[in-house]
Amino acid sequence: MGIETAATRALQPALMRVRGLSKRYVQRTPFSRNKFAIDALVDVNFEITPGCLTALVGESGSGKSTLASCLAMMEKPDCGEIWFEGKEISHWSHRKLAPLRPKIQMVFQDSAGALDPRFSAAQIIEEPLEIQHRERGQQLRARACELMVEVGLSPDWANRSPLQLSGGQRQRLAIARAIALTPSLLILDESLSGLDLSTQAQILNLLLDLKATHSLTCLLISHDLSLVGQVADFTAVMHKGRIAEHGSTSQVLRSPQHPQTRKLLASVHVLESSFRTARAGGRA
Amino acid sequence: MPSTCASPLLRVRGLTVSYDAHSQQPVPALRKIDLDIAPGEVVGILGESGSGKSTLALSILGLLPESAKAEGSIFLEGEDLSRTPESRWAEVRGAKVAMIFQEPGLSLSPVMRAGDQISEVIRAHRSGKSKQRKKEVQSALKDAGITDVNRICRAYPHQLSGGELHRVAIAQALVCRPALVIADEPTRSLDVTLQSEIQNALRDINRKYGSALLFITHNPALLAGFADRVLVMYAGRIVEAGPVAQVYRRPLHPYTRGLLQLVPEPLQHSDHISGFAQRERLPAIPGSPTRFDQLGGGCSFEPRCSARTADCHIESPEEIVPEPDRRVSCFNYGN
Repeated sequence: MGIETAATRALQPALMRVRGLSKRYVQRTPFSRNKFAIDALVDVNFEITPGCLTALVGESGSGKSTLASCLAMMEKPDCGEIWFEGKEISHWSHRKLAPLRPKIQMVFQDSAGALDPRFSAAQIIEEPLEIQHRERGQQLRARACELMVEVGLSPDWANRSPLQLSGGQRQRLAIARAIALTPSLLILDESLSGLDLSTQAQILNLLLDLKATHSLTCLLISHDLSLVGQVADFTAVMHKGRIAEHGSTSQVLRSPQHPQTRKLLASVHVLESSFRTARAGGRA
Repeated sequence: MPSTCASPLLRVRGLTVSYDAHSQQPVPALRKIDLDIAPGEVVGILGESGSGKSTLALSILGLLPESAKAEGSIFLEGEDLSRTPESRWAEVRGAKVAMIFQEPGLSLSPVMRAGDQISEVIRAHRSGKSKQRKKEVQSALKDAGITDVNRICRAYPHQLSGGELHRVAIAQALVCRPALVIADEPTRSLDVTLQSEIQNALRDINRKYGSALLFITHNPALLAGFADRVLVMYAGRIVEAGPVAQVYRRPLHPYTRGLLQLVPEPLQHSDHISGFAQRERLPAIPGSPTRFDQLGGGCSFEPRCSARTADCHIESPEEIVPEPDRRVSCFNYGN
């Protein structure tokens, strides 16, 4: 995406916009009747620009996954608005939401748990296509194989169980399943955190390719600022259920305004400087 | 990798582990591993998923599954553990060698309070009064970086955050002051701030009590400024070994070079903050790690290697010593 195109896109109406979103979980204290509340999201304002890769970063427990669940319509927020493709959907019924669900797809952290081990790799991709009546018969398998090739998996592995694939290959399979329905928004919830650096880089390269070829809009949730800084157009930093800072990645990383962003950057910087010193021949 | 240390704490020689595959040839997971760790030394094991790092850790602890067949010798403080009966292992584990697992949430019992789980390790190895044990538990938790010791002692694992669970696992591993601690990717699922806190806690304990540390990771950046030596593993072999400073400054094996290139560029570097510019693809080692059931006669890294020659496909390179303290298994090392 060139600079002008990106700037034009940034001015486009947001694909998804969230206003004043809040979500509270009430839990019971173990072995007692006492209850306590956790404010997972507090007055969250956030938007996702079409055709761009937006990163959502923050420490564990900052509310990233709750926000993703609300955006993917898997959780109902307590209050606030969620606008998707110009429609306010936060209070829609399950029936009304059904036609929208294929447009927002999610890739989870634990690929082994997210893929049914009784299905073959091809069947896993075929299932959503079949349910949504997108393909049938022989075309179904052909489309599944096409998608496998697109995400860098050999179609020879079509009959393999997901358990016979490595973590990175399973995550590619999960991405193939997610893009099978040509979604408007792909949410990756810590999908890279269990993978080694080489596989992470391969998956991020795949996302960059998909973004370039299909103008795919991605929300990449991660706790690794150094990783998302390499690929994201926009970055939002979450802290204690709120969006601490949101802007273009270069703006957020070069001139962080919020102490939480500065804290995350400082941790990355310590790690980076030790590594660079060792590489340069200094005392590691 | 054999070291120059006269009396190493841990000495592994020719360790080969293979797993039974149903009605097929056994699948090798470790191939002729030689490794020495000196008392108090911090050694990092670096490699991608599936390179045999965790199998090596489990072999040292005698925790391999029954389907695994191990050959070779493992000496800890001069005692041959490869011929040790299970009854002796129970005395060794926790007291002489301890492990911090990847997922402390899974390695801790969900029905016991954190303090009791740490105390149980002491009780398994020596008798003593419960008051004394409690003091030791509190001291171990403080060493692991816990400030609110009483709350943590009373809490069940599900009441603790990810960082607190890691610290409890560290306290549990260190409470009997083992001579060797194996940490199997202990910071893998943690955010960067917690990662550095946990590593700082491990470093402080290493300095304070002199426990040797075998730190397993896939991220080279975590070993810089932390480990003394690094062993790079690929397809069940140690392909390069040496002091971290030397290996990072001048990696000899193409695989090590590939791993070091994977560490993201500094965020402040103007060319690498993504912004809206056309992004370059991130550096990655092409292909996937070689599967153990597909190992041929040549170098196992050959299909992914940018420096491969015709010989690499035919013959597996032997380990050579290109300079003191360094080992590498590559025909074209340094190129």
